[in-house]
Amino acid sequence: MADGIALRARLRPYAVVLASRARSQTSYRANFALDLVSSLLSGLVELAEVWVLFHAVTRLGGLDFGQILLVFGMADLAFSLANMLFGHCDRLPTYLRAGTLDIFYLRPQPLLLQLVTSDISLRRLSRAAVGLVALVAGLAAGDITWNVGTVALLVISLVSGIATFAAMFVWAGGLQFFLVEGEEMTNAFVYGGRYAATQPASVWSRPLKVVFGYFFPMAFTGFLPAVVLLDLPAPAWLPAWLGWCGPLAALWAWAMALLCWRWGVRHYRGGGG
Amino acid sequence: MSAIVEAEGLTRQFTVRDGARRRRVLAVDDLTTRISAGEAVGYIGANGAGKSTTIKMLTGILVPTSGTVTTCGLRPVKDRRRLAREVGVVFGQRSQLWWDLPVRESFRILAAIHTLSAAAERARTEELVERLELAGFLAVPVRQLSLGQRMRAEVAAALLHSPRLVILDEPTIGLDVLSKQRLREFLVAERRAHGTTLLLTTHDMGDVERLCDRVLLIDHGRLVYDGDLAGLSRTAGAERVLTVDLTAPSADLTGIPAARHLSSEANGLRQRLAFDAESTTAARVFAAVAERAEVVDFTVEEPDIEDVVRRIYAARR
Ligand SMILES: Nc1ncnc2c1ncn2[C@@H]1O[C@H](COP(=O)(O)OP(=O)(O)OP(=O)(O)O)[C@@H](O)[C@H]1O
Ligand SMILES: [Mg+2]
Repeated sequence: MADGIALRARLRPYAVVLASRARSQTSYRANFALDLVSSLLSGLVELAEVWVLFHAVTRLGGLDFGQILLVFGMADLAFSLANMLFGHCDRLPTYLRAGTLDIFYLRPQPLLLQLVTSDISLRRLSRAAVGLVALVAGLAAGDITWNVGTVALLVISLVSGIATFAAMFVWAGGLQFFLVEGEEMTNAFVYGGRYAATQPASVWSRPLKVVFGYFFPMAFTGFLPAVVLLDLPAPAWLPAWLGWCGPLAALWAWAMALLCWRWGVRHYRGGGG
Repeated sequence: MSAIVEAEGLTRQFTVRDGARRRRVLAVDDLTTRISAGEAVGYIGANGAGKSTTIKMLTGILVPTSGTVTTCGLRPVKDRRRLAREVGVVFGQRSQLWWDLPVRESFRILAAIHTLSAAAERARTEELVERLELAGFLAVPVRQLSLGQRMRAEVAAALLHSPRLVILDEPTIGLDVLSKQRLREFLVAERRAHGTTLLLTTHDMGDVERLCDRVLLIDHGRLVYDGDLAGLSRTAGAERVLTVDLTAPSADLTGIPAARHLSSEANGLRQRLAFDAESTTAARVFAAVAERAEVVDFTVEEPDIEDVVRRIYAARR
C-alpha cells in the first residue's frame, strides 16, 4: 500500500511529461487527424509491399500469404508500438543540438528514463492498427490449434517483440553519442531490422540470419513464434524451439542497448554553447 | 562560511579533429577556487575562455579530465541527481521550457519533476510570478513569448525548486536595457530573501557591476584574476576620468600632478582628465583643477571594465 503510493510518486514526473506531450499532440484535432492518416498510409504502403512481393512468387520461404500476414502482423505491430514509445531515442543528435540533453542532466531523474518519457508519437497508433489487422487476418487464415499454450506464446512474443524493437532504438541512441552522422548508420539497422522482421527468415541468407536472427534478434519478433504457432518446418540455423525464446531475445537486446547507452553517456562532451 | 563550490586543479581537455590531425584544446586549465555560501560571483572571460565548460563540470554534465570539484558538498558526476535538487541553472542559449506549452504548464511539470509538494509549488510559483512579473503571459505558449519574457520564465523555471546555488550562463544575452535591469533587480532581491549563492557568466559588465561582489576572470582556461571589481581595474592599471565644466573658456589643464589631460571641448569649457587611482585621488585632482579655474560641475567615470579585461589579456600575451 505504502509502496504503491511511493511508486506513484516516483512515476509522477514521467507521467506528467508524457500526458503533456499527448495533450499537445491531440489539441489541434484537424492536425492530429492528418497525422493519423499519413501514418496509416505509410503502414498500408508497407503492407502493400508484402502483398506485391507475394504476388510475384505465390509462396515465400515456404509460407503462403496468410502465414506471411501473421509474420508481418506480429513484427509490424510490435515495431509500431515500440516506435510510438521509443522512436525518438534514435534521434539523439536533435536532442544534443538543442541542448536538451544538458537540461536532462540538470534534473533529478535518470537520463535514459527522461529521454524515453520526453516524447510519445500518438500518430503511430494508426500505423499499429495496420499491424493489428494483418495479425488478426493472419491468425484467422492460419491453421492454429488454440489452447493456453498458443495464446501465451502469442502474448509473450508480442510483448518481447515490443521490448526488442524498443531496445534497438535505445541502442541506436547510445551509438549516436559518438558516431558523427551516426543516424544513417543506425537507421540501416533499425529500419533494416524492421523490414527483415516482417519477412520470413527462411528466405534470409546466412549472414542475414546471423545478424537479424541472433545479433539483432529480429526473427524472434515474428517469424520464429509464427513457425511454432503454425507448426511449420523450421529453417536451417533457426530451430523451431527458438519460437519460445522471445523474452531471452528481448533481454539480450536490452543488455546490448544499455551497454551502448552507458558507453555513449561516458563519451558525452556537452551540447556546445 | 561553508563552501558551495570547491574546485581543485580542475581541468578539462577536448580533442578536436582538425582535418586529419587531432588537436588538443585545454578548455579549463588547472582551476582552483572556492565559492562560499551566499556569495555572488561573476565569471568572466572572452569567447571560448572556458566558462561554459567550467559550469558543465560543476553541474555534472561533463567529466573533468583531471582535478576534483564538489558542488554543494556533492560530487557532481556521481551525485548528479541529488545535486540537481540543490542547483538551478539558466543557460541563456537553451531552454528548459516546453515550447508548445503555456508557461504555467511548464512550471507545473517542473514542480512534478522536482517532486514539490502542492503547497510548496503554489507558494513558490506565486512568489516567482509576482517578483518576475510573469502574470501577464502565464497562459501563453512559450514559443510566442518575446525574448525578455522567455528569459524571465526561464529564470523562474530554474529557481522553482528553490536551489541553494543558482548558475546563470549569459542570462542577459540579447535583452534590452530595461529587461536586463529588471532581471538584475530580481536576482538581487532573490539573494536578499533566500541567501542564494549566485554564479554568473556574462559579457555584460553591467551584470557584474550590479550583481557581483567578486569576479573570476579566465583566459584560455586559466584563472587570471580572483577578487573584487575595483581590484580588477587596479590590477590592469586602468584610469579613472574626471570631467569638469568650467565657468569660462580656459587653456588646456595640463601639468596637474599624476593626471593626464585627455580632451577639451567648446574652447576649454569642458575638459577631461585621466588619473591613475593608485597614485592620486579624485579629490586631489579636483583641488588642483579648482586652483586654476572656476568649476561649475564635474563627474568622475570609473574605468570601463571591458577595457580593463582587454588590458589584462593584452598584458598576458
Ligand atoms: N564539446 C566540445 N568539443 C570540443 N571543443 C569544445 C567543446 N566544448 C567546448 N570546446 C572548446 O573549449 C573551449 C572553451 O569553450 P567554452 O564553451 O567553455 O567557452 P566560453 O567561455 O563559455 O565561451 P563563450 O563566451 O563563447 O560562451 C573553446 O575553445 C571551445 O571551442
Ligand atoms: Mg559559454
